[in-house]
Amino acid sequence: MARWIVILTLALLAGWTQAKEAAPAAEDPVLEARMLRIATELRCLVCQNQTIADSHAELAVDLRNQVKEMLKRGDSDQMIIDYMTARYGDFVLYRPPLKGTTLVLWFGPGLLLIGGLFTLFLVLRRRSRLSPDQFEADPDEEPPAAPSETTRSTLTASRHD
Amino acid sequence: MKKLKFLLPLGIFLALAAFLLIGLGLNPREVPSPLIGKPAPAFDLPRLDDPAQRVRREDLLGKVWMLNVWASWCAACRDEHPLLVEMAARKIVPIYGLDYKDTRAAGQQTLARFGDPYVASLFDADGRVGIDWGVYGVPETFIIDRQGVIRMKHIGPLTPDVIRDKIEPLVRQLNG
Repeated sequence: MARWIVILTLALLAGWTQAKEAAPAAEDPVLEARMLRIATELRCLVCQNQTIADSHAELAVDLRNQVKEMLKRGDSDQMIIDYMTARYGDFVLYRPPLKGTTLVLWFGPGLLLIGGLFTLFLVLRRRSRLSPDQFEADPDEEPPAAPSETTRSTLTASRHD
Repeated sequence: MKKLKFLLPLGIFLALAAFLLIGLGLNPREVPSPLIGKPAPAFDLPRLDDPAQRVRREDLLGKVWMLNVWASWCAACRDEHPLLVEMAARKIVPIYGLDYKDTRAAGQQTLARFGDPYVASLFDADGRVGIDWGVYGVPETFIIDRQGVIRMKHIGPLTPDVIRDKIEPLVRQLNG
């Protein structure tokens, strides 16, 4: 039994030591890193919710190669981004540019958040001004004392609106 | 006015529903091409049937023409192929093909088997010209005017409706 364990362990170790590290994907790791950084900014049009860095679609592979080639040629990042938007439109950019048609996209969520917070504020303020007897009684709690004269007057006042 | 306040959530709901309803009708695959209204990208490619002959963008200036991006491996291209053959027979507009990321043998075989609607098919083996034209989903179809400006792009297979309601009127207008 023990002998078998030794043999098995050795066999596994042999497999492990033989495994090589994956060959580097590019001859130039700096260029490759730059390419990948640009590629993560670009949307793959075939599988629309992936970047061309993530996608295995053929077009994404081609576009990665295109980016790499342009980098080798010495093009700047901006030139590559411009090259892609000239062909595929702003849609390829994961960070869409700020312009008239994208204002809602950029500021809509913020406005919604502010609107929501403002509404919350209004509701809470109104509630804080209500007298306790205007809320439904908590069944676990003792029933509140009979409303005093002042709260009764606010109660009737608020009913007028 | 305050009495109507209870309608506010209903209003918000209806607005949201309207947005979602509009969204249902949109096709996210159809990304508007920035190339419409711009000069067609330059190309200089060999013909599919004859590597010795090349076709350049400049060769096609002065006439309205249609570029149809296709490939032998593309199933949707097969669906639209009979329509292209019919368009060619009716001589609506000269159709040029762009055989995208294909092999010469497979491309030629497809045309031999299903008919060749193209004045010429350009052979874009590495897809480089396809990238220049912003191709991302074969088949795609472009209409180019006499000045070499792209006037229309259709993504996906052509349908009889698209040909009748969009391509034919546009070609008539451009030729008129």
